[in-house]
Amino acid sequence: MESWRRNPLVFWMVGLPPTAWLLLFFLLPLGLIWILSFAELRGLLDMEVTGTLDNYARALDPLYLQIFAKSFLFAAITTVVSLVFGFPVALAIVFAPPRWRALLLLLVILPFWTNLLIRTYALIAVLRTRGFVNFTLEWLWDQGNTVLALLGLGSYQLLGERFEPLELLYNNTAVVIGLVYVHLPFMVLPLYASLEKLDRSLIEAALDLGASQVRAMRTIVVPLALPGIVSGSILVFIPALGSFLTPDLLGGTDSQMIANVIERQFKSANDWPFGAALSFLLMYLTFAALALRALYGRRAARRGAA
Amino acid sequence: MAAPVGPLDYSRRLWVRLMLLVVFVFLYAPIATLIAFSFNDSRRNIVWQGFTLDYYGRAFRNADLIEAFANSLTIALFATAISVVLGALAAVLLWRFRFPARAGYEGAIALPIVIPEICMGVAMLVFFSRVGWPADLPWPFNLSAITIAHVSFCFPFVAVVVRARLEGFNRELAEAAQDLGATEWQVFRDVMIPFMRPGLLAGGMLAFTLSLDDFVITFFTSGPNTVTFPVKVYSMVRFSVTPEVNAASTILIVVTVVMTAAALWMQHRAGLKAEGAAG
Repeated sequence: MESWRRNPLVFWMVGLPPTAWLLLFFLLPLGLIWILSFAELRGLLDMEVTGTLDNYARALDPLYLQIFAKSFLFAAITTVVSLVFGFPVALAIVFAPPRWRALLLLLVILPFWTNLLIRTYALIAVLRTRGFVNFTLEWLWDQGNTVLALLGLGSYQLLGERFEPLELLYNNTAVVIGLVYVHLPFMVLPLYASLEKLDRSLIEAALDLGASQVRAMRTIVVPLALPGIVSGSILVFIPALGSFLTPDLLGGTDSQMIANVIERQFKSANDWPFGAALSFLLMYLTFAALALRALYGRRAARRGAA
Repeated sequence: MAAPVGPLDYSRRLWVRLMLLVVFVFLYAPIATLIAFSFNDSRRNIVWQGFTLDYYGRAFRNADLIEAFANSLTIALFATAISVVLGALAAVLLWRFRFPARAGYEGAIALPIVIPEICMGVAMLVFFSRVGWPADLPWPFNLSAITIAHVSFCFPFVAVVVRARLEGFNRELAEAAQDLGATEWQVFRDVMIPFMRPGLLAGGMLAFTLSLDDFVITFFTSGPNTVTFPVKVYSMVRFSVTPEVNAASTILIVVTVVMTAAALWMQHRAGLKAEGAAG
């Protein structure tokens, strides 16, 4: 690497276009909403920057605190569910025969290439009251009744008088299902990367020395895969926290997340200063999650060096 | 029967296989049903009635949908072209030069990748309305606001991809060219760009799909006359679930999957060629 002073002309010619773009079309817009978050609403779309902290204070209102808490909870549950399902998948891919490995990995990545909106829309058709999950359940219910009738138990209505479809859409469960659906690959890929580097002879040694599979997992595999677990969790948690589309399309009236409240301030409530303050609070939360990860990375590196 | 399951054959254990099955059904069943029911000969989209291409015809005759698709492609093309140039320059800058506040600069470039989409969307909305960006320009300039917003979140991705490629660049090649009398520009054009090409291509494809797929940021920068494909599909989905939406979605799925597969294949081929040249 050379100092920029050796070749200032080249430095500026290479550096100026991307820097100017970043300043003008990214940092300036961000700066604008940051300033706006200290503004007061004077009338419809008439704002005055007064340096007030009211917008931030309003975010601490129980109504909005609850939405923050709910978003946090949704993101956390999504992360845990993704980890529970993603870990065995990553493990299976790592230990699969080599010719299967690439194919399985591709199958995990492929949904990534499909538009987020379309994937969410696809879930609606599957989850709604007259959707495929309920059709499958109804079919199972019919079969169950047939079997019961054959056994001579048909008249007892053991499975209920009528099939009651599950309400799977427009509630909190639907939002979590949708978030896991969208973010699962983000968990599997880093887990795969860290499990792939794992020295298999360590597991073999543990098993030879009499450890059970569960114990080998707990004391060898999980600790060594921890960097992957942390990366995957952050990669799932951050976008899940800021999700807009999933709660918007799959959620009910009580499954609003922060992003939905922000959208409302800008699109229908026309309270831009408050929306700007909420946006920055969401960004600060994102940065806090990233900082935690950096902190963990530094600690792990120090431990590795020691 | 095959050999007994060894202690490390996790992929052959029943519970792991069941888990794989559950996860893949979960990932693919919705998309598969979406595609299958785009061919279903029924308005209500629930029970299979027979094969038809009717809804594709209807989607193609839907002028709004076609216009939205054309807008999306136009935006993606412009955004990709600008992003590749800016991303490549940013990558070269960070790879070649030492300058004050370099770490901070690197963080600022990564910012569009990490901040929540909704925040970027509202920032763009406020920016374009505050600077009074003209809204009623003739096509394609009416798409400029969306294109600019797309470039802002695409070019950092290009920079990351190209930078990863540059890590493998042998600086002595550039020095040798300079010793032999090449100017800065010649070195850049004849040595750096050919080396970066696979990265530029992969970054470009990434930018194209990111732009084509983006909904949230576009949602905040598009006006009534500048609807993109995802924004159009969103408004259709809010109305109802119809086979026409399925047909339109299937087209977009095919376009992105083919694009990405082509990008991977080209990257793979470029990799083979580089290996062949080295060996």
